[in-house]
Amino acid sequence: MECYNFKPKSKFREFVGEKLIAVTAFTALVAILLIFVFIFKEATPIFTSPEVQEEASLNKLTFKQVYREGRAAKWKWQPESEVPKFSLLPLFIGTLKAALVAMLFAVPLGVGAAIYASEFASKRMRELIKPVVELLAGIPSVVLGFFALLVLATALQQTLGLTFRLNALNAGIALGIAVIPIIFTVAEDAMTSVPHSLRDAALAVGANPWQVSFTMVLPAALPGIAAGMVLGFGRAIGETMIVLMASGNAAVISTSLTDSMRTFSATIAAELAEVVFGSPHYNVLFFIGTLLFIFTFLINLAGDLVLAKLKERFQGKMG
Amino acid sequence: MNIAADKRPTAAIGYSATYQYKPKSSGLLPRSLTFLAVLIIIAILAVIMFNIVCGGIGVISWEFLTHPPERGMEAGGIFPAIFGTVALVILMTIAVIPIGVLTAIYLQEYTRPDSKGIRLIRLAINNLAGVPSIVFGLFGLGFFIQWIGGGIDSLFFEGGRPVWGQPAIVWAALTLALLTLPVVIISTEEALRTIPRELKDASYALGATKLQTIRRVILPQALPGILTGGILAVSRGAGEVAPIMFTGAAYYLPYLPSKLNDQFMELGYHIYVMATQSPDVEATKPILYGTVLVLLVLTFMLNSAAIMIRSRIRSRRVNV
Repeated sequence: MECYNFKPKSKFREFVGEKLIAVTAFTALVAILLIFVFIFKEATPIFTSPEVQEEASLNKLTFKQVYREGRAAKWKWQPESEVPKFSLLPLFIGTLKAALVAMLFAVPLGVGAAIYASEFASKRMRELIKPVVELLAGIPSVVLGFFALLVLATALQQTLGLTFRLNALNAGIALGIAVIPIIFTVAEDAMTSVPHSLRDAALAVGANPWQVSFTMVLPAALPGIAAGMVLGFGRAIGETMIVLMASGNAAVISTSLTDSMRTFSATIAAELAEVVFGSPHYNVLFFIGTLLFIFTFLINLAGDLVLAKLKERFQGKMG
Repeated sequence: MNIAADKRPTAAIGYSATYQYKPKSSGLLPRSLTFLAVLIIIAILAVIMFNIVCGGIGVISWEFLTHPPERGMEAGGIFPAIFGTVALVILMTIAVIPIGVLTAIYLQEYTRPDSKGIRLIRLAINNLAGVPSIVFGLFGLGFFIQWIGGGIDSLFFEGGRPVWGQPAIVWAALTLALLTLPVVIISTEEALRTIPRELKDASYALGATKLQTIRRVILPQALPGILTGGILAVSRGAGEVAPIMFTGAAYYLPYLPSKLNDQFMELGYHIYVMATQSPDVEATKPILYGTVLVLLVLTFMLNSAAIMIRSRIRSRRVNV
């Protein structure tokens, strides 16, 4: 009886289909490898080509240089000047400054809101908070940059009486707005995934709800909250459009939050369009890209590891 | 707590200090402080929205949406930027949906979660989501334009001007596809996990093969999740500027992109250039606000749609 024959129509087709799916699944892995290879490839002349090293060796990127005889050695980023200067230190300080301001702004708000949403909020309130954060996360960074450039900068300058409209404070706060959703989401997730058995145990020995939150849930979820901060920091370091538009883009060494500044990412965005392909400047920009890639890669790796460990621990306790 | 205390007969407990669980504080302070954080976040969103809606609503008109810019962006509309953005995300979707969905199917249906290869793929997906968007831009330039595009040129179009080895809408779309790949994978996977086992078992019991089951049972069931992923990817892709700055976006073009290797105008890039490089900021301000409003409304509508579809999927999981 033919109709009861359950042999698949074509074993070959099954085989090809499965292999096709399997090969496609490796796209993400291949992509991440290709990204590293192709960005690092354009940065290698800094290590290999003597011609490029004349202007931009690793040594020149990091240490003080004497650019004109008789003058003091300096760290300077002036790639377009007659004597191109490629010190990364001003950019490094700028990147760090903006990211730190962003974290100072975003951590209290993100973690605070996460604690409220997970511990105190009614179900209805929680259903309001989550979409709000999601909408905040959905604002394109160019729109945040625009807002910081036109509105926030003016407001800050007028209230604080600043000399420079565009500065580290302005860029940092706008960057913080972009980072809040990441910190909130990861922290809230960590707290809500604390097993109910732990909460119940604390309640059973007589703790009241807020004692449960602060002596039981928070300590248990702390690694997750920390991971949220780390991931947020990674985003703050790599974010481009906001700092490009709101920071003033002056590559100066200064620890003041009210001076203009410039980050790694903004430098790439501002200069790559005009650079000569294959010039030392071009190589240095790709080298900065490599640094950003490696740094965010490590940060994400660390964050994910902590979260995976935490998940394992919580699920273990439940079982 | 010492053992002696534990052994005391219950009746003798006079409620020593250690057993007094009366809260020292009512918890009002942490409660109100964290609530303040929530209020500030809501206020930030409200202020941004209010400012942009107020600044932009007056400019929005049919003419603004359907006409090209005039007089150095000081008048006219933004139609080419809208057209370019839509064309860009359509191309991106064509590239990212199949790859993302097949990856999710492989991870959920074909493999065990603890195998080494799978862990590696997951690691790659997570990290791809964390790579700064400007790095994607560098990659698009180095890989798609110079390596692939330049390679095609040197094979088929020797000598002349670059045909494919130059910024183009297809390279920008592919760069964005890589950037949004994790969004599609994660969202599809979530949907795949909600499909009840019984449905698959029923399909196998009827004699369907794995591929047939995927095509006829799993994919239709996962459609809302795939849709959510696609919408989120489009909303993310429409807002990203850094990856397309060097891979195809142009500030002003007198024509609309019609071929894959044309350059294009785009809303986000339009905003960036108008805001930072306009010779007369005050003159372009209304149009700038209008453009921002259009982009913001576009991404918010897409995000709200995704949130709604997703909450529907999640409630389905509870019901089965």
